[in-house]
Amino acid sequence: MKMIKFLLSVATVLVSQAVFSQQLVIQITQGVSNPIPIAVVPFEWQGFGVLPENITGVVTSDLKNSGEFAPIPEKNMLGTPHQEKDVYYRDWRFLGSDYLLIGRITRSADSALIQVQYELFDVVNQKRMVGEVISGTEAQLRDISHQISDVVYEKILHVRGAFATKILYITSQRISDTVTHYQLNLADADGGRAQVLLNSKEPIMSPAWSPDASQIAYVSFESGRSQIYVQNLSTGAREQLTNFTNSSNSSPAWSPDGTKMAMVLSKDGNPDVYVMDLRTRQLRKITTNIAVDTEPSWMKDGKSLLYTSDQGGANRPQIYQISLETGWNERVTFDGTFNAKAAMLPDGKNMILVHRAEVSDDFHVAIMNLERGSISTLTDSALDESPTIAPNGRMIMYSSKVGDHAILNAVSINGRIKYQLPVKDGDVREPAWSPFLD
Amino acid sequence: MQNNGFMKFGMVAMLSVMLVACQSTDKKKEAPAAAPTPPPAAAAKPAAPTGGLSAAEIAKRDAALAKTKFYFEFDKSDISQEDRDALVYHAAQLKANPSMHVRLEGNADERGTREYNLALGERRAKAVFNYLQVQGVAASQMETISYGEERPVDTGKTEAAYSKNRRVDLIRK
Repeated sequence: MKMIKFLLSVATVLVSQAVFSQQLVIQITQGVSNPIPIAVVPFEWQGFGVLPENITGVVTSDLKNSGEFAPIPEKNMLGTPHQEKDVYYRDWRFLGSDYLLIGRITRSADSALIQVQYELFDVVNQKRMVGEVISGTEAQLRDISHQISDVVYEKILHVRGAFATKILYITSQRISDTVTHYQLNLADADGGRAQVLLNSKEPIMSPAWSPDASQIAYVSFESGRSQIYVQNLSTGAREQLTNFTNSSNSSPAWSPDGTKMAMVLSKDGNPDVYVMDLRTRQLRKITTNIAVDTEPSWMKDGKSLLYTSDQGGANRPQIYQISLETGWNERVTFDGTFNAKAAMLPDGKNMILVHRAEVSDDFHVAIMNLERGSISTLTDSALDESPTIAPNGRMIMYSSKVGDHAILNAVSINGRIKYQLPVKDGDVREPAWSPFLD
Repeated sequence: MQNNGFMKFGMVAMLSVMLVACQSTDKKKEAPAAAPTPPPAAAAKPAAPTGGLSAAEIAKRDAALAKTKFYFEFDKSDISQEDRDALVYHAAQLKANPSMHVRLEGNADERGTREYNLALGERRAKAVFNYLQVQGVAASQMETISYGEERPVDTGKTEAAYSKNRRVDLIRK
């Protein structure tokens, strides 16, 4: 039996201001052309009362919204087995379901913990693929659900699932012409359980995760100027990392080993990329040209950075790569009039970026193969920005404009799957997808 | 609209300038359009605290000082000639009042990435800072900050809306 980790137990103390985040609700807009049929039988609840979370519902939504699966409607099911001895493969073959997920939920009389037992079956080959018991508190039922989705996804697609991950994002509500409220939010990757981490009447920007997901960094203007802050998610402890006045302090990015923070400071007159040793707080200036250098992003080996710069021509930024060991600086992108905000995919071969083509006014999220140098766009609205990559490298979340509002969207790296995370009012932007949480 | 007063005032002031100072307009046209035009000798005078100014000169000065929003072309950080003329009066005012401080807030429209736009807003604020410094204003009297695209005046998706957001706000402190 496995105990669920107390991941990101972001206590309510952290949310000092009693403002509730607007829930984002995931809506799939395009899936693969032949999604895999799977039957998720409603798990049997053997305890008293009503559980606060519908585990089967969360798992079904996860699988459906991944765009890879087509869950069989419950009303079509010929039976509702909860354990292996009640499974009749022919019933599920008859429905055309390739896979079957069943489960039971129990609570011992003297325990606050809930046990969720689930089993996954391969209907075509008539065999049990996996089964386990996960236990946790009522508050963790959603985590348990996402973990089950992760196992199903991995067992069937042979790629690690990223349902049990989190996103950070910024929301803003314009109250009047001069007053806007800004929030930094944390939610499940599907938008569930959203909560506000920071409330401000001044802008908040550039949320980023530490590689172990225990801390976040962001830029807040609350002091009257953009400064970088670091916040511990479990204790809520917060620290201001920069305090340069007459300088912008922006674009924090943790090194893959978690010991350094790349950032952008303009204290010497123009924005340059720096790397701060987080233990000693020593700053090292990485770029020294007089152009704009910003949006640093680490290569996986931690030895060089990608960054955005207009050193090749004012207001026509391109992606560059600079070695932290030798200072070797190399231009990476050549196609298009605007290439910015690059980040490597986990495969180490492809990079995502924001791209404006030669004869276009629109900004799209694009993917570029670094060996071939070819750029292909993945999105199609006019102002797509702030791409962030799921830790399994399958999906990219980004923000775009619909009407006068900004919403979050996601697209698979092959462009075949698309979903949205709309919100009723206000703007949602700058998603930052967490690393895996274990 | 909250700027109505300002606008009316500005229009009246400009009108009187145009009526009284027709000749000087012709003169200006001959001046080279190149960037660091030194302020016309006559222009430096009006901001001086002592009198001796004509009504038209006072109106022109006040109109210039009432202008605290400086707009920019898309993806550009060049100050327009009209704004340069106004900034000459701001410079004279700051030089005459060493205890006065201004905060130059740079902004960008929403096209492009947010961090790059933060840099673009900063570049605009620095352009105004540098122009005022060249006019003799002490750097210690000025500070720059960029809000990038985070504080739009107009949230519309039209060029008219965007053009309002590409600006530097001069705020007296």
